[in-house]
Amino acid sequence: MEHLSFTFESDGRLVRGSAPYALVGVVASGNLEVLIERGEGGAGCAVEVDTNRPGFAETWKAALARFAEEYDLSGFRISIHDAGAVPAVVTLRLHQAVEELAEEPDEE
Amino acid sequence: MRNKWMRPPLYPQSDARKLLRHLLDRDSFTEFLDPRRGIINPNLVALDVPVEFDDGVVVGEGALGGKGVYCAAQQGGFIGGAVGEVHGAKVTGLLERAREKKPAAVLLLIDSGGVRLHEANAGLIAISEMIRALLDLRAAGIACLALVGGKEGAFGGMGVLARCCDHVIMNEHGRMGMSGPKVIQNVMGVEEFDASDRAMIWRTYGGKHRYLIGEADRFVEDSIAGFRRAALSLMNEPRPLTLESLRGEHRALAARHGRFGACRDSVEIWRALGIGRPEEVQGMETEEFLRLPRA
Repeated sequence: MEHLSFTFESDGRLVRGSAPYALVGVVASGNLEVLIERGEGGAGCAVEVDTNRPGFAETWKAALARFAEEYDLSGFRISIHDAGAVPAVVTLRLHQAVEELAEEPDEE
Repeated sequence: MRNKWMRPPLYPQSDARKLLRHLLDRDSFTEFLDPRRGIINPNLVALDVPVEFDDGVVVGEGALGGKGVYCAAQQGGFIGGAVGEVHGAKVTGLLERAREKKPAAVLLLIDSGGVRLHEANAGLIAISEMIRALLDLRAAGIACLALVGGKEGAFGGMGVLARCCDHVIMNEHGRMGMSGPKVIQNVMGVEEFDASDRAMIWRTYGGKHRYLIGEADRFVEDSIAGFRRAALSLMNEPRPLTLESLRGEHRALAARHGRFGACRDSVEIWRALGIGRPEEVQGMETEEFLRLPRA
């Protein structure tokens, strides 16, 4: 297992919705789970990754930086448990996590 | 995202949180030990194996038809939904708390191959603690329902736990048993049980067979709504757990063995049940299937 920590700076925008956190994905082979939490405010987005495929720090950094730039999240904390997901799956789960966080309870 | 244009999710394709969200009354579910608390499994950390925030099971309380219920849903995708030390302790804790708080019913959404082999004895002990807590709960008169509709089925200790419940609800995908196909093949040989024969596996363990021989109380479609309706209809019907009811079950098992003991395959059992064309059972639509005679 390898542990990676990243912080992405941003002036930030708030994701709508009121849920304090969202958890998506399952830790199965080629998959991962993403926990996203609203922080106490403050700039930047902190990301912690635990992965069972060591040696891909640069790839993680690139995938996460792109996501952070797109959403410009500020004051959020993201924790990831990874079981060998490819970057496309990582990106998909990150998007899913933000969408779930923004979901209004009255939909449907 | 949920919206009106999306089809309702199917039971076997949904993860534990999604299942609970759609099974229970809208927005009623509150998770105990929420994942932010980081109660992960130290045994897996010691083995350098990936962990999950919930150790593969989501526990909490919600409402079903306006009545308070307690729920545990196993995450079949995480190590096959297998029961480790923390996973088991969460379910046992839920059952013990239910005995104190007396919800209308307890729903166990089982999707598990049984004990998590990484944790061996800790997993076995966890299963026995769960069973004890479940029987205590039944003795207190609270209905415990097992829902078996996921991809992993209910095997090993979780198969035992399912059958310790008041009622079992299954769909066609769901499988329930003690030893899984590969275990039997490895121990008894491929001539005895071919673990690659999927049709044979489903007619042995699958929801249709379990329903026909009376081990599952309800057979439902794959939709989460189907499981919800069945749970609503059974949640007020606890079965007595007494010495007399146990003796009755033993008599029923002896009678079943007498009636079907010579059968070599489920199809023969279905024929013995009086089903005219038993080889058509597996492909049968739900409506027609539910009209068949049962044990």
